[in-house]
Amino acid sequence: MRSFQKRLSEFEKRGVHLAAISVDPVERTASHCRKMGYTFTFLSDSDAAVIKRYDVLHRGAGPKSADIARPAEFYVDAGGTVRWVNLTENIAVRARPGQALSAIDTAK
Amino acid sequence: MKRKWNWALWLGFVVAVGGLFSYQFFIQFPSTRDFPWANLLLFGIGVALLLVGLFRAFGRPQVYRGKIFGAIFAVIAVLLFAFFSYVTFYVLKQVPLSAQAPRVGEKAPEFTLSDQNGKQVALSDLLSPKGAVLIFYRGFW
Repeated sequence: MRSFQKRLSEFEKRGVHLAAISVDPVERTASHCRKMGYTFTFLSDSDAAVIKRYDVLHRGAGPKSADIARPAEFYVDAGGTVRWVNLTENIAVRARPGQALSAIDTAK
Repeated sequence: MKRKWNWALWLGFVVAVGGLFSYQFFIQFPSTRDFPWANLLLFGIGVALLLVGLFRAFGRPQVYRGKIFGAIFAVIAVLLFAFFSYVTFYVLKQVPLSAQAPRVGEKAPEFTLSDQNGKQVALSDLLSPKGAVLIFYRGFW
């Protein structure tokens, strides 16, 4: 996430928004963004409805067996079509900003 | 005669413990998170030092201390390493398949959620001019 914030200007230059989504309530997301200095959109999906709709739910994987999102990244173009999907097979391995940027450039 | 302090055992143990607890630090950087080589390196150095210490303790017990606590340190270090390996090479790979996740070429499901400022944001708001990258997180910061 830090690495995406660092290269946020490169996404902005391409006219692409960044939006993070987690099950955390707005207050926790807000304080996390303040603490980390995140300026991109950070959405709160407390009941995991959108996470379920995208089939990226990780059942019982959070603290106290809470349902949370598995790490996943999508690039959606201006028309609303998915152009790039990254579904990791290892929770520790996430998409890097460079991967997303090259996916955006390829999709053009 | 007073026997010598077996520093290799102590240092090896500290380095091995550091191999586990430094995970919190190394996880911040993609290059040490994607594959935990820095932690494995620390474990390797720690175990090598422990072996040196054990050889001294058992090979020259009249000179070096550490037969008992050295063995205890070594067992704890091996258990920590086993735990670390279990988590990084097994637990972290237990990710749901997400077979029904939107695929390339499909329409991304529409949604409206609240952002960090309490403002309602729809996917369609994010798409102009050139689309959006959606990043799903485990959260619980």
